[in-house]
Amino acid sequence: MTAVVLTAMVNGRPVSCSIPPNLLLVDFLRDELGLLGTKQSCEVQVCGACTVLVDDRPVSSCCFLAADIDGRRVQTIEGLVDTPFYERVAQAFVRHAAVQCGFCTPGMLLTAKVLDERGTPMTAQQLRADLAGNLCRCTGYQSILDALEDALGEGPQS
Amino acid sequence: MATVITNLPSSKAGSVGHEVPRSDARVKLSGKAQFTGDIRVPGMLYGAVLRSPLARARIRSVDLRAALALDGVVAILTGADLMDMDPYYGHALKDRPIVAIDEVRFVGEPVAVVAASSLSVAENAVNLIDVVYASESPVTSLQAALLPDSPLVHTKRARPGFAHGLGQLPDPEGNVCYRYGFSKGDVSNDFVQAAVVVEGEYRFPAVYQYALETHSVVADHRGDEVTIWASCQHPFLVRQEIADLFDLDLDRVRLIVPFLGGGFGSKSYTKMEPIAVAISRKAGRPVRVVNRVDESMVTTRRHNMVCRMRTAASATGELIAREADFWLDTGAYADNGPRVTATAGDAAPGPYRWRSVRVDGRCVYTNTAPAGSYRAFGAIHLQWIGELQVDEIARRLQVDPLEFRCRNVLPVGGEVRAGAKPLDADLVGDLRKVAAAIDWGQPRTEGRGVGLSVGLLAAGAHPVSMATVRLGADAGATVLVGTTEMGQGARTAMAQIAAEVLALPSEQVVVRGTDTQYTPYDRSTGASRSTTVAGKAVELAARDVLAALEETAAAKFEVPLDRLSARAGGVTDGERWISHQDLIRARFGFAGGELVGHGMVQPSRGSGSFAEGPVFWEVCLAAAEVAVDPVTGVVRVIRTASIADVGRAINPQLIRRQDEGATLQAIGNALFEEMRYDPEGMLLNDTLLDYRVPSALDVPERMTCVIVENGDGPGPFGAKGCGEGAFAGVTAAIATAVAAAGVPMQELPMTPERVWRRIQTLGHPDREGEAS
Repeated sequence: MTAVVLTAMVNGRPVSCSIPPNLLLVDFLRDELGLLGTKQSCEVQVCGACTVLVDDRPVSSCCFLAADIDGRRVQTIEGLVDTPFYERVAQAFVRHAAVQCGFCTPGMLLTAKVLDERGTPMTAQQLRADLAGNLCRCTGYQSILDALEDALGEGPQS
Repeated sequence: MATVITNLPSSKAGSVGHEVPRSDARVKLSGKAQFTGDIRVPGMLYGAVLRSPLARARIRSVDLRAALALDGVVAILTGADLMDMDPYYGHALKDRPIVAIDEVRFVGEPVAVVAASSLSVAENAVNLIDVVYASESPVTSLQAALLPDSPLVHTKRARPGFAHGLGQLPDPEGNVCYRYGFSKGDVSNDFVQAAVVVEGEYRFPAVYQYALETHSVVADHRGDEVTIWASCQHPFLVRQEIADLFDLDLDRVRLIVPFLGGGFGSKSYTKMEPIAVAISRKAGRPVRVVNRVDESMVTTRRHNMVCRMRTAASATGELIAREADFWLDTGAYADNGPRVTATAGDAAPGPYRWRSVRVDGRCVYTNTAPAGSYRAFGAIHLQWIGELQVDEIARRLQVDPLEFRCRNVLPVGGEVRAGAKPLDADLVGDLRKVAAAIDWGQPRTEGRGVGLSVGLLAAGAHPVSMATVRLGADAGATVLVGTTEMGQGARTAMAQIAAEVLALPSEQVVVRGTDTQYTPYDRSTGASRSTTVAGKAVELAARDVLAALEETAAAKFEVPLDRLSARAGGVTDGERWISHQDLIRARFGFAGGELVGHGMVQPSRGSGSFAEGPVFWEVCLAAAEVAVDPVTGVVRVIRTASIADVGRAINPQLIRRQDEGATLQAIGNALFEEMRYDPEGMLLNDTLLDYRVPSALDVPERMTCVIVENGDGPGPFGAKGCGEGAFAGVTAAIATAVAAAGVPMQELPMTPERVWRRIQTLGHPDREGEAS
């Protein structure tokens, strides 16, 4: 296979390298860049554990070619932690004990970031629908929904 | 929502009983928490597993030439590499080879393992291995396995494993590898005398635990030592099994357990560790083996089951007799099937005052993926059936189901089973509380049903746990305890327990993951035992440290020991106070040293209640309100209430998370989760696209967890475990609620199709047979 040359911004830093064209984004992030906060579980775009943002849109990095981030911006949990939004949402997750095993948590936070940027008020049912692409087997979701209601409803938009 | 009911004084130190934030929340939120799949060991190779495409076949030949020729392939393991050892393992029955030897017994059984420089090379090599099979007719259902002329899944009798804990194992009969039963009284006579008898045949599905993190192992076998990083719940039992298998000294096998991305029983006992160690041994390098989801689905699952049960009552509303025969499908290897069978047997009668009972459970081999532990096993299998029958009797006798249960449940101290610990919980009190939480007795909308359920789960497993507490010169404490943090919050609870004894803020107590080289022995993380058993060991270890502090303080204050107690990071005699830090300095004469305390729980010592089995009876008690759509058959769970009868709540918030998580898993198990096999033994829904688990859209409008604290547990501060009871309780409550809405179901999951078909037969007694 012919290698693909890739130039992208990952967590605000320029990345330029040569990769196999069939390399998945999740493997690129974890194995090439050492960004291990992005988790892999279902591999079929159902569980959301591998959610990252590409040009501010959430994607399942298990079903997204690394080559397709060429010329685009990627944000992973490692890039989210230094933002004011992260601190707000993290405090809410701690307050509601909305973290258990933690495997789904980074993906949840990236989805939350998108919901926060959307900025429109949402009903409880909408929030559930928006979160349906991020599975959690530990919490029963209620604490996560509560934490998001808190975090998305307070403070300035980051 | 939570209701905390306590008659106990709040703790002096202010740690136990408080909603202390999880100690691991921040590291997990930031993505920095390390899981096994994140570990990179120098020189590490990537493993990939070739799995059988057939459910039952002889292996004629294995040709590795093309795979070995691939650039980057370092080693390939097959059954032929296991001839220098006894390659069979299994903690209950030693029936399973590390990889298939001469024959395969289920679709997905490991046949070969490749170690290569990258995962993609390893996966490509797997595809180049040429195996010739001679297919034989598989036994893929309980019905087929129990026929008198059924082929045998295992032709040789397996030796007992090292940790079955079931006493004398009975002789196998056909494909039945284990049988558990008991009886009391004259069942036949009581059924003849009964005024009301309800009976039926019921089916329970195979389901998948789905921990988001799949089974993951890194193994490094060098010389006569092996180091293993594994997503395992039972590191000390795995250590023992690996030592046995590879003929290594116990202390040369080192298990290191990072955070687990969920367990729920799927990572109990030994899973992928032998394969990883064997390929590392062959390759001479560390090898990482991480399952895909479809591989974890065939690594372990919940037992599907068929059960015939009947229940008898008198005309005056007393439950008098019950019989239960059930058959659990344990797949091709026993795994924890025998224990699941025994626990199911113990749950079969339900917590009632029977005159007579007969229980007979069988654990059956089939050519499907092995079944083992999953949260609330045994209880979840039987409780919904027994409770449906209790409700049907109450309906026929025109008695309120709540009052009927309150009249018939065992009292505190009642005999659950001959020879077992008497009942250690107030079930009538619990029933009243859960009924209040669901507004029992209030009028309901048409198409809605409200159901209750009560059951017991033999919990605690074998009560052997040790812990060490180290108090350093800066008065920070470290707890060494072998409990695995798999999301339940064990590290936070253990920190709170030690903090309570030493009167420290809990954030000043550090609890790390298990490293068997340093962490003292703990039997396992499961059976709701950690807080109760390992937590007791932590309490005792902390008290050991406190005793040393008080010894120094007694000398310093010149007062007797009984005048001293821990307070606010120090020791006081009521008038004077000295910090732990100063006591350590006083003891050692300089700014160093540490106090080390040990705690131990074993069956014959400590609190007498650890001498009887089970460690405690976990209460499985819940209520649910459902809406059944008669046109589509769709069941929606409107609200639930569960009881966490925990003796003493170490951390109420973590308890609520346990019950809420169990509630969502119960909704999946009751309404839609089911592993479906084709007649050839192929799993049809082996991805999350086809095997649906609950999402945020499945959350009920309201989940209430009622925490009950009666101080009646054998654990620290009167605590006992939780986290499984709600799973069995809510599953059964959903079933009784659907029945209360007019649709008694005899098969789980209650899919729209099954419910709709059942509705069509209602009122047509001649078509009842079509029900399930």
